[in-house]
Amino acid sequence: MSKPCHSGLGKSTLVNTLFKSQVSRKSTGWARDEKIPKTVEIKSVSHVIEEGGVKMKLTVVDTPGFGDLINNDNCWDPISKFINEQYEKFLKEEVNITRKKRIPDTRVHCCLYFISPTGHSLRQLDIEFMKRLSHSVNIIPVIAKADTMTIEERQDFKQRVRKELEMSGIEFYPQKEFDEDMEDKSDNDKIREAMPFAVVGSDKEYQVNGKRVLGRKTAWGIVEVENPNHCEFAQLRDFLIRSHLQDLKEVTHNIHYETYRAKRLNENGGLHPISSSDTQESNL
Amino acid sequence: MSQAEKMKQGQFTNPETPGYVGFANLPNQVHRKSVKKGFEFTLMVVGESGLGKSTLINSLFLTDLYPERVIPGAAEKIERTVQIEASTVEIEERGVKLRLTVVDTPGYGDAINSQDCFSTIISYIDDQFERYLHDESGLNRRHIVDNRVHCCFYFISPLGHGLKPLDVQFMKAIHNKVNVVPVIAKADTLTLRERERLKRRILDEIDEHGIKIYHLPDAESDEDEDFKEQTRILKTSIPFAVVGSNQQIEAKGKKVRGRLYPWGVVEVENPEHNDFLKLRTMLITHMQDLQEVTQDLHYENFRSERLKRGGRKAPEPEEMDKDMILQEKEAELRRMQEMIAKMQAQMQKHGDGEGDSPHV
Repeated sequence: MSKPCHSGLGKSTLVNTLFKSQVSRKSTGWARDEKIPKTVEIKSVSHVIEEGGVKMKLTVVDTPGFGDLINNDNCWDPISKFINEQYEKFLKEEVNITRKKRIPDTRVHCCLYFISPTGHSLRQLDIEFMKRLSHSVNIIPVIAKADTMTIEERQDFKQRVRKELEMSGIEFYPQKEFDEDMEDKSDNDKIREAMPFAVVGSDKEYQVNGKRVLGRKTAWGIVEVENPNHCEFAQLRDFLIRSHLQDLKEVTHNIHYETYRAKRLNENGGLHPISSSDTQESNL
Repeated sequence: MSQAEKMKQGQFTNPETPGYVGFANLPNQVHRKSVKKGFEFTLMVVGESGLGKSTLINSLFLTDLYPERVIPGAAEKIERTVQIEASTVEIEERGVKLRLTVVDTPGYGDAINSQDCFSTIISYIDDQFERYLHDESGLNRRHIVDNRVHCCFYFISPLGHGLKPLDVQFMKAIHNKVNVVPVIAKADTLTLRERERLKRRILDEIDEHGIKIYHLPDAESDEDEDFKEQTRILKTSIPFAVVGSNQQIEAKGKKVRGRLYPWGVVEVENPEHNDFLKLRTMLITHMQDLQEVTQDLHYENFRSERLKRGGRKAPEPEEMDKDMILQEKEAELRRMQEMIAKMQAQMQKHGDGEGDSPHV
């Protein structure tokens, strides 16, 4: 999973909340002696988490520096390159003469794109990025720090964002064209109508009505992360993990990866299979 | 009041007592004249779209400066460059008139490449200074309209971890031209602890980059304790973290201006919720000082720069030294000599009949 957005939109906190563990190290912004990187960096961290006997290797790819600079032209290039490199790695393994039984899958299955809660509309940068990457990876737009907006502002904003995404021809996950049957379509339609999910993340617990809940404490009340009346975190979590996790992987494998593979095989007359004993250049 | 005046007041409270001249009444006369004349103030607001600038301005002055506003979508924003929109409104309170001009800068920071977005703003500020200078040096100085920007509220996003590179560059570009007051927008995104951390961070970064923001003048020693305390509190709260709203919400049995969330109501005018009241107090009590600093510091800087340049319309890109000009001329001469030498060599070759010489 990869998650581009400007710093400070709560990416790390949200990922930690989603997986209820410290999978993402929080950055405190740029330390005084650190320079803001000239290009977007790609930082990848893997964890193995377990629940009910089921183990999952979760890799979170962070993109600090995205959208932070004054000149953000082509800041999506490093991200695009990273995604394609993972496809390339997988392709090389697949095309091998002696293949490993389980090819290590480092491909990006899902990209959480964090939208800044301005309340107005998407930014140019958002549209440019999503336009370019929606055909190589599953993009799930998420409205970050949703406690900035009241419920009405949120509804207005979501509607406007959805309209803008439609007008720019951006197909976010779940894409309409990949719905397999009527049941899928009706389920996914409901989800598409509710997207982008407006979320709030937190790893601190507070006491509310006798229960301990994750939330943010302010002078005027406590924002409960898992309360569906406060924000849509629970919906996002159920969608991402409990119902569509496998589908995300399948769409990545069957559609995005295949598109990449077809493109690669068509250029340069195809890829030559390499046997594992034949890896030195000097042999050729 | 100076010691001498205090003494006089104590000794000659009765206007009929001998020795009372009556110029102690001067401040009242000034007051009456200024009230009749009215006050002017120009406030510039700069910040990315969606930070609540318009809402805050409307909240501060309890008016609606943008009645027919249409918020453009992202696709429309692509073609836009930074615009300058000035709207003037005359507000009156208890007989005192204020002619307030708010200069808005839509489009700032919206583009993917924001490299050039502040040149428009800086030219606007310079233009106002230029116009004032021109009027001041003119023959008829009766009705000089003061459109110079007295104060610039710079809106910082609460979502980041401090100042962005664009924020730093912009503030450095204008801190010598206008009073900069940094404001943290949409402060209801932050918990109190996050707010303190962000404020500290911003102040550190302002220090580190040498940005000169507007500093409140210390209270005079003869002001009363309350005022001194108020000034002290204001000074420690910079940058102000504010929330704006024009909606009335019912809270705790009374109607307050605020924002209604499912988890509570943020009250705009509650000092425990945000610094809105502090910002308003600062602006009102220091309006005069802001104008003075603009006149005495920024405008005078501009004026001396301008007059040094001596009437040339636009500033030259670099002040060329005489030596540099000489060096350049010499370099040019050398280049021409080389060219001539080459041409001569070519002609020589031709003359020797070397056949088709390649066209150089």
